Amino acid sequence: MDDRLHQALALLPERLGWHVALSAAALALGLLVALPLGVLAARRPRLRWIALAGAGLIQTIPSLALLALFFPLLLLLSGLSERLLGHGFSALGFLPSLLALTLYSMLPILRNTAAGLSGVDPAVVEAARGVGMTDRQRLWRVEFPLALPIIMAGVRTAAVWTIGAATLSTPVGQTSLGDYIFSGLQTEDWVAVLVGCAASAGLAMLVDQLLGLIESGVGRRDRARWIAGLAGLGVGLAAALIPLAVSARGEAAYVIGAKNFSEQYVLAELMAGRLEARGARVERRINLGSAVAYRALAAGEIDAYVDYSGTLWANVLGRKDNPGRQAVLDELRSGLKTRDGVVLLAPLGFENAYALAMRRDRAQALGITTLADLAVKGGGLTMGGDLEFFSRPEWTGVERAYGLRFKAKRQFQPTFMYRALATGEADVISAFSSDGRIAADDLVLLGDPKGALPPYDAVILVSPRAAGDRRLTGALASLAGSIDVKTMQAANYAVDRDTDKQSPAQAAKALERR
Amino acid sequence: MTPAIVLEQVGKTYDGAAVLSGADLSIARGQFVALVGGSGAGKTTLLKTINALIVPTTGRVLVDGQDVAAQSGPALRRRIGYVFQEVGLFPHLTVAQNIGITPSLLAWPVPRIAARVETLLDLVDLPRELATRLPAALSGGQRQRVGVARALAAEPTILLMDEPFGALDPVTRVALADDVRRLHETLGLTTVMVTHDVGEALLLADVVVVMADGAIIARGSPAALLSAAHADPRVAALIDAPRRQAEKLAGLIHG
Repeated sequence: MDDRLHQALALLPERLGWHVALSAAALALGLLVALPLGVLAARRPRLRWIALAGAGLIQTIPSLALLALFFPLLLLLSGLSERLLGHGFSALGFLPSLLALTLYSMLPILRNTAAGLSGVDPAVVEAARGVGMTDRQRLWRVEFPLALPIIMAGVRTAAVWTIGAATLSTPVGQTSLGDYIFSGLQTEDWVAVLVGCAASAGLAMLVDQLLGLIESGVGRRDRARWIAGLAGLGVGLAAALIPLAVSARGEAAYVIGAKNFSEQYVLAELMAGRLEARGARVERRINLGSAVAYRALAAGEIDAYVDYSGTLWANVLGRKDNPGRQAVLDELRSGLKTRDGVVLLAPLGFENAYALAMRRDRAQALGITTLADLAVKGGGLTMGGDLEFFSRPEWTGVERAYGLRFKAKRQFQPTFMYRALATGEADVISAFSSDGRIAADDLVLLGDPKGALPPYDAVILVSPRAAGDRRLTGALASLAGSIDVKTMQAANYAVDRDTDKQSPAQAAKALERR
Repeated sequence: MTPAIVLEQVGKTYDGAAVLSGADLSIARGQFVALVGGSGAGKTTLLKTINALIVPTTGRVLVDGQDVAAQSGPALRRRIGYVFQEVGLFPHLTVAQNIGITPSLLAWPVPRIAARVETLLDLVDLPRELATRLPAALSGGQRQRVGVARALAAEPTILLMDEPFGALDPVTRVALADDVRRLHETLGLTTVMVTHDVGEALLLADVVVVMADGAIIARGSPAALLSAAHADPRVAALIDAPRRQAEKLAGLIHG
């Protein structure tokens, strides 16, 4: 527990730094757009209606979806700019997060600016005209100062929303305090989740208080008060950004990626450990969406990560056939190189395949050892799948190849899927062959004599940019063939189990010590 | 000598309804003119066409012989003092900053503005300590004195006042009205004041202009208006009321 807390806190400066940088940039951009828009809206009632309705509509989109929607949009724009201007830009990480959060921050600023400006006493507005102010002078010298307390209240709301929503930028590849929350939920590491929540909530409260100081300062025309608030924000921003600036000044770090499940966290830590042992600096970009990770690698935003041959075979090369484990690896090696310049560096030595699993006693009692047996005897059984399994091509392939029939099919969140198997609510489940719970729960994986399920060798991929880097390739190539499926299962279980839990970094160290 | 202000056939319509129609008026330099009439008579509209706060639909307005339509509105208004009915002091600025606003728009040097603010506080009979206060800390009478000082800050030759004493208690009202007349004399101003109080107009002004339904229906010196028999019953009613009040008061005083 103390050790896990210690490890979580060690990552805080980087994650907090990015979180602050992202929120501050989004808020600044939101102000830059929403303030002038609010001024225009205060002047023109029709525009006001349109602007407020538009900003309100954006607010109703769940923030995670808004972030996710910017990825394909930016990808499209990047492709367009690549064709027209010769170079694209990153559709991942900072940019989509920044744009989504900016949109999100606009509504309260826009609404309060428009309301604050149109709420200024008409007698005062007429006096401003009467003493000879131009429209611009009236805005800056009279209307803006008088509306400032209301505008500041909007900025405060926007700041709190933005800081909270910035935790959702993790899945689109932006390091933030959300990294704690997303991986903590995945590995049921509540210490990490709490650290992430506490840091994000603490940051929001602090910023809210400082902005409140500025708000009351301008409201009471108390210069010392708002200068103190502003200074507090400035010092806080600088302090949060220093760790980022320091690490940016040092030697360029390698970036190791990971998708969003335990095995990926452990393998990323293993690779990072090898590099750090050789004196390199390493950044981790974890919790990437499955499709996001490969694109990020091909674009050189991450230097290396682990993927699985069957996934790459189907999703990147678009193949549906299964020529066998070695042939898939060989064709991937040349296919990825030609297509994206991505180097398939080394298979790690184990597969993390989709496999159908049963409790050993149940399988033995029914006499089932392969999918072919299951096709014959499965008519009275219940099949449990994870949330995506029944819609994946692997399932349709297996179902067709063996003519599988079940009494019922049910979907579960992975943790509950294993519990359903234990209690008999499901007889067969879709499992990942390297899942630690297979050994721990004494499950058997059913054989696939027809080869309907493609091979899923875990392979280290290296980005085109880093392919020529001898230190990186040397350090990572040494992992080739070093992990068998039993070892990986044990490491995954150490992270996933409820008691005596290890962090991914601890599990990776244990792998090194073998 | 060119008149300070000339209105030629000035009219204003809003959505087809005329609030001012065919007003002709010439105001000589140094005159104190009061516009009187019931509410909706068009007094304030007429006043605001002089500093182009309202742009007339028809006719033209000349200030110092120049057509105001051909000038920049803000520049024109910086040359003409304006006192508002609701005072309209800027609540976020101190008394000194309120008074110095037009000079600062005209980019006067800071020491000159500061000196001018002190002069004006003296002129409108306010203690100099008030300079650093915010308007919220002043009494109603003090506020309107600041309003007058603000209107006079940039040394205008023309002063426009829209019901300047409307919200004040009677004692303050009379004191401030006397001070305004004194300032009008000492500064050599041309003053146009809108008021619904005919008695006040007759006591303060050189010329009283009576308006009704957007038109000028009578004009003259207070003495002439009081002595003449008026064919228009609207004029007669307006002038008779204060006269009868004055006669009753005189009767009470002289027993």
